[in-house]
Amino acid sequence: MFDFLDSGQYDLLGAFWVTAQLALYSAIGSLIWGTALAAMRVSPVPLMRGFGTTYVNLVRNTPLTVVIVACSFGLDQTLGITLGADRSEDIGFRLAILGLIAYTGTFVCEALRSGINTVPPGQAEAARALGLNFVQVLTLVVLPQAFRAAVAPLANVLIALTKNTTVAAAIGAAEAAVLMKEMIENETDALFAVFAVFAFGFIVLTLPTGLFLGWAAKRLAVKR
Amino acid sequence: MSSVLYDTPGPRAKRRNVLFTIVFLAVLALVAWWVLAALNDKNQLAADKWSPFVTDSRVWTTYLLPGLMETLKAAALSILIALPLGALLGIGRLSDHRWVRVPVGAVVEFFRAIPVLLLMMFAAALYREFTTISSDFRPLYAVVTGLVLYNASVIAEVVRAGVLSLPRGQGDAAEALGMRKGQTMTYVLLPQAVTVMLPALVSQLVVIVKDTALGGALLGYAELLSQNRQITANYGANTIATFTVIALIYIVINAIVTHLAARLERRLRRGKKSATAAIPTQAGPADVKSDAISGA
Repeated sequence: MFDFLDSGQYDLLGAFWVTAQLALYSAIGSLIWGTALAAMRVSPVPLMRGFGTTYVNLVRNTPLTVVIVACSFGLDQTLGITLGADRSEDIGFRLAILGLIAYTGTFVCEALRSGINTVPPGQAEAARALGLNFVQVLTLVVLPQAFRAAVAPLANVLIALTKNTTVAAAIGAAEAAVLMKEMIENETDALFAVFAVFAFGFIVLTLPTGLFLGWAAKRLAVKR
Repeated sequence: MSSVLYDTPGPRAKRRNVLFTIVFLAVLALVAWWVLAALNDKNQLAADKWSPFVTDSRVWTTYLLPGLMETLKAAALSILIALPLGALLGIGRLSDHRWVRVPVGAVVEFFRAIPVLLLMMFAAALYREFTTISSDFRPLYAVVTGLVLYNASVIAEVVRAGVLSLPRGQGDAAEALGMRKGQTMTYVLLPQAVTVMLPALVSQLVVIVKDTALGGALLGYAELLSQNRQITANYGANTIATFTVIALIYIVINAIVTHLAARLERRLRRGKKSATAAIPTQAGPADVKSDAISGA
């Protein structure tokens, strides 16, 4: 039943490796971009707050598929922006990461903001009473606590991101969904087995992440 | 304008904020200028690339509106099937009987762990191999199947978390009145849980609308996003303009859904002053918020 795995015809591990890489790079990028957005949204400068709010609300309501396909058609094919890649697979890979970061950053921002809301106002007030300025209050007192409170929501964002990497199939990044499509076409008699293999692959990718970060969230949460 | 993070600005802080505003504005302007220059270089700003959306009604009647109809059709079908199915699964997972609770839990966890796109592709292959559904309808069936399987399991978790978030006394009181388990659920627990669940349910509706776009990009379903090829082919490679318009349509739909739900929630909450807080977003029994993200 699973003999298609031994045929050597399909690079299953390679495809899941691409998936994992997409998830990893996008996770790092969206963590940075999301933190910047969250900082903008709580900053004292109205223009920055406005920009943060507008960006988050617009991008969150746009389908990721639209974002990623627009990256390919709009940036690459129309404007010729390839992010320094030459092969079409690399272009798809890099543009997919760009799209995933732009999209996932909004959810990281919201998770962090909910984390910031868990910090008791007294903490920030005490910090201000000590004479710390906004940047110091944010980086020394509020964000460290907010990050610890936000581990659980951020874990969920990361798991969703891992599943969302499949959308990169729309612009030809050679990840798991592309291989599954190919295998479904070639191995129609083993349809259920093919699906089981890919389902298992994603469970292997997401389950340990969820368990580990769930454990970490409990360990790190600020006991109040 | 004051917040916990900073004091109401005094004269110095005001000056500094003005400075920051100017610097940020300059950065934004620089980025905007760079983007516009890039667009201009490739002739994407030319009026004739954008004007069809305003002057030519055919671009709407031939492509955008039919695409939008398909998107809404798939979304509505998925919601109609997934809501009751999800409620059933959620209640099943709360069952006192092990033989109901465990299998339902396994099903829910399985479909939540798998990307919607894979479910859609699998469903499409299933329908191709084992049914006689004509190839015209297969993409719609596949999209709806994928969306239902995934979202029903997410809604199940929302329902479960909503019921669990109610004070224990509610169930106990119903039991003391001699209600059966089914009655307790339908008359006491579910009606109260609905108010609590509403925000999570609505973000799930938005996810469903967004996820229909997967069918257009990968399964040949003629929904809104898939119209971009036709439009750019017929109206002179106006890629950027087309994507802008399509994205705006999605944003407007989702904003309307969110707005309507907020109004509904206010009305429901006004009815019951005692309504409990929203479902906990972290460390709760279910990661309600999480799945709202996964909308692709």
